[in-house]
Amino acid sequence: MEKMVNIFLFGKKYEVPENLTIMTAMEYAGYQLVRGCGCRNGFCGACATIYRIAGDRELKACLACQTTVQDNMYIVTLPFFPLVKQVYDMDKISVNESVMMQLYPEIYACVGCNACTKSCTQGLNVMQYIAYAQRGDFEKCAEESFDCVMCGVCSSRCPAGISHPQVGMLARRINGKYLAPGCGHLEDRVKEIKNGDFNELIEALMQKPVEEIKELYNTREIEK
Amino acid sequence: MYSEKYQASLAAVEAARAKNIAMEPQRMTAQQKEELLATYHPDYKTNEFSVLQIGPNKGDKVPHELAEMLQAHSRISADSVDLSAPDYETDVLVIGGGGAGTSAAIEAHRAGAKVMIVTKLRMGDANTMMAEGGIQAADKPNDSPAIHFVDAFGGGHFAAKRELLAKLVCDAPEAIQWLSELGVEFDKEADGTMVTTHGGGTSRKRMHAAKDYSGAEIMRTLRDEVLNLQIPVVDFTAAIELILDENGQAAGAVLMNMETKELLVAKAKTVIIATGGAGRMHYQGFPTSNHYGATADGLVLGYRAGAKLLYAETLQYHPTGAAHPEQIFGALVTEKVRSLGAKLVNKNGEVFMHPLETRDVTAASIIRECSTRENGIETGNGTAVWLDTPMIEAIGGEGTIEKRIPAMMRMFEKYGIDIRKEPILVYPTLHYQNGGLDITVDGMTTNVKNLFVAGEAVGGIHGKNRLMGNSLLDIIVFGRNAGIHAAQTAKTATVGKLSLDHVAAFEKEIAAAGIQTEAVSPKLLPNYARKADK
Ligand SMILES: Cc1cc2nc3c(=O)[nH]c(=O)nc-3n(C[C@H](O)[C@H](O)[C@H](O)COP(=O)(O)OP(=O)(O)OC[C@H]3O[C@@H](n4cnc5c(N)ncnc54)[C@H](O)[C@@H]3O)c2cc1C
Ligand code: SF4
Ligand code: SF4
Ligand code: FES
Repeated sequence: MEKMVNIFLFGKKYEVPENLTIMTAMEYAGYQLVRGCGCRNGFCGACATIYRIAGDRELKACLACQTTVQDNMYIVTLPFFPLVKQVYDMDKISVNESVMMQLYPEIYACVGCNACTKSCTQGLNVMQYIAYAQRGDFEKCAEESFDCVMCGVCSSRCPAGISHPQVGMLARRINGKYLAPGCGHLEDRVKEIKNGDFNELIEALMQKPVEEIKELYNTREIEK
Repeated sequence: MYSEKYQASLAAVEAARAKNIAMEPQRMTAQQKEELLATYHPDYKTNEFSVLQIGPNKGDKVPHELAEMLQAHSRISADSVDLSAPDYETDVLVIGGGGAGTSAAIEAHRAGAKVMIVTKLRMGDANTMMAEGGIQAADKPNDSPAIHFVDAFGGGHFAAKRELLAKLVCDAPEAIQWLSELGVEFDKEADGTMVTTHGGGTSRKRMHAAKDYSGAEIMRTLRDEVLNLQIPVVDFTAAIELILDENGQAAGAVLMNMETKELLVAKAKTVIIATGGAGRMHYQGFPTSNHYGATADGLVLGYRAGAKLLYAETLQYHPTGAAHPEQIFGALVTEKVRSLGAKLVNKNGEVFMHPLETRDVTAASIIRECSTRENGIETGNGTAVWLDTPMIEAIGGEGTIEKRIPAMMRMFEKYGIDIRKEPILVYPTLHYQNGGLDITVDGMTTNVKNLFVAGEAVGGIHGKNRLMGNSLLDIIVFGRNAGIHAAQTAKTATVGKLSLDHVAAFEKEIAAAGIQTEAVSPKLLPNYARKADK
């Protein structure tokens, strides 16, 4: 017999097996999910959830697809949070801290309460990546925010109304496009292809009898 | 931490580790591979397939679960939808907000077309978001599009449509450049050289990655760009039927709000199906690595409108799905774990194959180890083999796992397993739909005009099996391509009177063939809600 625990979905009590995630426990309870369920594996941030274990002072946040149920867990899902996403043209933005001032000025109103970091479902140092963004250190902001799944939990706890995941997103795009070193071999290859350098080789492969390609494939040299 | 019942086997794995690291396992010969596949690969189990009785692929075999959806009733009756006053009118209608759909939308927009995206869940709730390992492109000096072609053609059992594959490999470097210019962060050396690794079946190290969030990094950047371009996105809205015009050309779709069930009509000059894969169909009862909405909808939509399928009988079972613990059963353990040096080991601590054979061969080999050879480890959910992750740290140095595959480390850490110190248990999981709708090189279906397809819903780019890293590549290359051509075609397309006659005709075919079915399709979502009576 599987061991059962009591959980409270939006306040209502259900008895569910102890080895389920919050998401599969909801399904076990009979919910057919539409909202709050995307990848089912910790990548998309659709399943942000807030819970409290009865008796605990602390309110916790998690991803429902990534978190095992516990006895006396009070659960509310947060399938949507009104984040602010500014619209910008990546080709025209300025690549210094003025861009943050322009697009997400509220980050300068951070009071340093650390609620964002404490609530992050990915365990990221959110307050720190916001601090990097304030300073225009986009490379560090990108690095620190890289694992963000944009679930919005941090923003739901922020007294300054900051949309942290969007700030991280902007920093990563700036870093990827402008700050990361360019790639010579990539540029060369694109030119060679445009120049038609491989046309003959490819054309030959288009015509080759399957048996000959099989031979090529089965005897190809494999880089160590 | 593993419970008592795993300890004896774990000890065997640990004892053999040093020897196993040093050993270079033999690769299989072409003949060995063929025999292995024919005996153990799920695609070869004839009793798991049905013959289609109606539609453009009548007479072909597909998995039972797909046959049921392809030959099911429509969710609407053709005369119950008012087509005279469309809720949306656009040049290009993109169905599906994953990587292929968003790439297509961005390019169609840039080409000057009016575009909109409809998507079943949220934009980015998609298989693209989940890809960990990386994206292939032959951009290193020791590599070339021709070598990439041979790898992919062989990996796909020499069945790819060559003109599609040639486009895939030749446009690959440009696709990487396009993503970089959008701001996607690839792993690079200090001088800008791309960090590239092998994937199963590659002969050159051409796998580009963004840590082990490659797909997420691509997807969130594309999503951000769609929002920047202010392309309208209608989320939680599924396409449930294509609309044709009186001349049989694609001209829109009937949409359904997933929450309110309200029906809506979108009229368009061209339509792009970018609905992705089918893992949630759970073919042959396999668990899956796919997102919640991967239910082969695009194949059903296209099929009912008369579009042909290619290789719909071939699925990819990823060799390494998580087999333990229960909470992550079926979830993907990225191939990169093996690229970085971890080997597959049976319950006796023996390495039983080369870890970087193609996926189908590796999956079949694991199934053999767990079935007739009886060398699997019992997990309670079936049997499994070890993937010896601590080898990675021994080979690449301490910290390699945290640096290169942090998402993997985190996934197991939650359940008390430190993959730097302990191996993990794996078994094949349903991962990728190799087949799909048949297209020409400009992305249009071969037999329904103005209907384009991109991404995992396409069949034929890879043949009958796909190499890791070639799918993220195809959604960008063929997503962009479909967007460009759909926009171009829309410029001159004239749309006649809208019609759902094909839906009515399909119902008649079902009846005429004597198919008895209660099923309706597309499936839209799997039903995991436990029945009250269970
Ligand atoms: C766990 C995992 C790891 C992977 N790793 C790699 C890798 O390392 N390298 C690689 O190359 N490939 C990888 N793949 C494969 C690759 O990610 C996918 O094949 C690819 O991203 C598919 O992109 P797509 O745009 O076609 O489909 P998706 O990204 O799945 O997007 C399809 C979208 O359409 C929506 N949709 C579906 N039906 C409807 C409907 N009826 N109406 C409206 N919208 C609908 C879906 O909800 C979804 O948003 C991986 C896949 C998975 C699942
Ligand atoms: S930083 Fe915020 S949005 Fe990102 S994962 Fe953490 S809580 Fe979620
Ligand atoms: S929650 Fe808001 S105010 Fe508090 S530290 Fe985080 S960003 Fe600053
Ligand atoms: S469903 Fe995607 S993170 Fe949980």
